[in-house]
Parts: sequence; C-alpha cells; structure tokens
Amino acid sequence: MTTASLRTETYLWLAQRISAIVLAVCVVVHLTTMIVAVQGGLSAQEIIARIGGNKLWLVYYLVFVAAVAIHAPLGLKTVLREMTALPIKRIELLVGLFAIGVAALGFRAAFGLYGLGGS
Amino acid sequence: METDQLSVSIWRGGDGGAYQTYQVPRLESQTVLDVVTYIQREIDPSLSYRFACRVGVCGSCAMTVNGKARWTCRTHVSRVAENGALTLNPLRNLPVVKDLVVDMAVFFDKWEKAMGAFVGDKTRDQALAAVSPSDPKRKEASAGIECIGCGICYATCDVVDWNKDYLGPAAMNRSWTLINDERDVARIPRLQAIAGDNGCLGCHSQQGCVERCPKSLNPTGAIAGLKRHTMKAALKGELT
Ligand code: SF4
Ligand code: SF4
Ligand code: FES
Repeated sequence: MTTASLRTETYLWLAQRISAIVLAVCVVVHLTTMIVAVQGGLSAQEIIARIGGNKLWLVYYLVFVAAVAIHAPLGLKTVLREMTALPIKRIELLVGLFAIGVAALGFRAAFGLYGLGGS
Repeated sequence: METDQLSVSIWRGGDGGAYQTYQVPRLESQTVLDVVTYIQREIDPSLSYRFACRVGVCGSCAMTVNGKARWTCRTHVSRVAENGALTLNPLRNLPVVKDLVVDMAVFFDKWEKAMGAFVGDKTRDQALAAVSPSDPKRKEASAGIECIGCGICYATCDVVDWNKDYLGPAAMNRSWTLINDERDVARIPRLQAIAGDNGCLGCHSQQGCVERCPKSLNPTGAIAGLKRHTMKAALKGELT
C-alpha cells in the first residue's frame, strides 16, 4: 500500500507538522495584512508599493509558498489514499506534480511582485 | 419511552442478508445481550451471536446497537432503545460470518503484526524485575493494559474502514503498553512494526475509539505516544 520507507513516511509526516506550524504564523500575518491593507480600498499600486522591492516581504512570501507546497500535497496524499482506490504510485505522482505546480506558481508570483517595485 | 414490548430488528445472514424483526417482552434491568438470548431461545434458534462471560470481561459480545458499537452484556436496553426499538448489526469493519457473528481473525492478526506479544530476555532462574507502580512508564502501561479485545474501537475507527492495512486502535494500544514495559527488549522492532502510514501515522486523532471503548481506555493517546517514539527513532536513524 506504500512505496516509501517507514523512515521516509515518518519524515514526511514530520514535514507536514512543521509546515503546519509555519503556516499558522504565515496565515495570521497574511490575514492581518489583508485586513489592514483593505481599509480605504485596495489597488494594484498599493500592493506593489508595499511588496515590490521589499526583501522582507519577499522572504516572507517565499517561506509561505514553501510551507504551502509542502503541507497541502501531503494532506492531499492522505485524502486520495483514504478516499480513492488509486494505486499509491499514481497518488505519489499526482501529489508530486501538484507540489511542483504550487511551488512554481507561488514562487513566480512572489518574485514577480518583488520585481515590480523598488527604485 | 417505556413500553412492555421491544421491537428488535436484527441483521440476518451475511453480507447479502436482510433485517428480521422480533417482538421481545421488556423486562427490568434487561441488557441487549438478554434480548438477543431471549430471541435465540424462545423465538428463533437459528440466530447466531457470540458471548461468554456476560459480565464485561471476555470481550466477545460486541455488536452494533442502534448504529453504535457496544458491549451488549453491559448495555442496558433502557439506555439505548429508541421509542421501544432496537436495531442490531454485526460489528463494522470485520467480515460477517453469520447474523451477529463477525470473523475476528484480521483484528487479532493485526495485534500480531503490531508485535503485541511480550519479548523478554530473562529466564525463570533470574530474579523478578522490580517495577515501581509509580514509575511513569509503568503508569502509561497500566492505563492501557485492561483491554478486553472486544473490537469495538476497531469497528468504530474510520481509518480502518478506509485503509484495510491500518493496524487500528487496539493493536497499537497493546504495542504502547509493551513499549512502556521495561522488561521488554523489542522496542525498535516494535516501533518498526507500528511506524508509518499504515501504523500510528495513519491515525486522525479524532478519538472515536476513545469515546466508544467500554473500558474507558485511550487508544488515541497511546497512538500519540507511538508517534512521538517513532519520530524520535526516525531522527536517530533507528527506523528503516
Ligand atoms: S483516534 Fe485514531 S485509532 Fe482512534 S478511531 Fe480515530 S483514527 Fe481510529
Ligand atoms: S481498546 Fe477498548 S474498545 Fe478497543 S478492543 Fe480494547 S477494550 Fe475493546
Ligand atoms: S459477554 Fe463477555 S464481555 Fe460481554
């Protein structure tokens, strides 16, 4: 029912727990920023002015994206394992691709926004 | 609502069976097992069910009563009947042999898989190990040791339903008592046996097993302990 070794399964389990802790912090920051930023309307200029060229925000979003790209696919793997009859190899392939997709889109957005601002 | 008759629907046959309904006189302090016994003795001798001790010791009388797994010898009809009716099914997650009897083989095979047997290295000529009752590990073991092997937790666990290789709460609860037994010498092989997604990491920690265990044990807590131990073992390179 599984292809990974028990040690790998345990590491992945640990990775999901650690990424959950990171996400808990990131989501709070994210929501707080959104609530603060949305006061008095939201515009692309405003977002770029805040994030563009700012190294601190870049690091924050890179960490956020990395945590999502680790956490969500591992959860999806469990859901697919328990809820579908797909063979585990197929599931691992699917969630692997999903992880790469999330990471690629997320990092692209983070670097993209960073590149838009600054002087 | 108290009535003088109880309407009892029982699942008859195996997987392709059907419900059959019986009228049973309502008695004071009647247990669900009393009801089943009455039906078998007075109405339909072909009804199959399992029991032995009738006092909550042997763990053989578990059935699904109005949708929930229970030990029927210690379950009073007054606590579970809904509008004077009972619906009885065999335990979930186990193959049905006939009527209310399930095949418990898989359940106990998994105890073996989880290395549920004690492994010692002393002979009868050596002195007995002195284990203090106040030792924290002894306390952990004591908390889980009273399992009667009824299979109620196993029947309740959704992960067992979803993943046929999942070891289940009772087997891992047993492993946990042995991990905490300081006379046992098979810690690493046992952690290896219960590690991974088919073992302790598969548990969702939602405590259905805890809620239903008739002995008020805490298999979820035991599995959480196993998660901590396997995690440390993996980090130390003790797992493969
Ligand atoms: S807590 Fe774990 S073992 Fe208990 S019922 Fe839930 S998934 Fe099963
Ligand atoms: S842990 Fe509780 S519910 Fe599970 S088999 Fe043992 S006594 Fe029964
Ligand atoms: S008959 Fe022994 S526990 Fe119910």
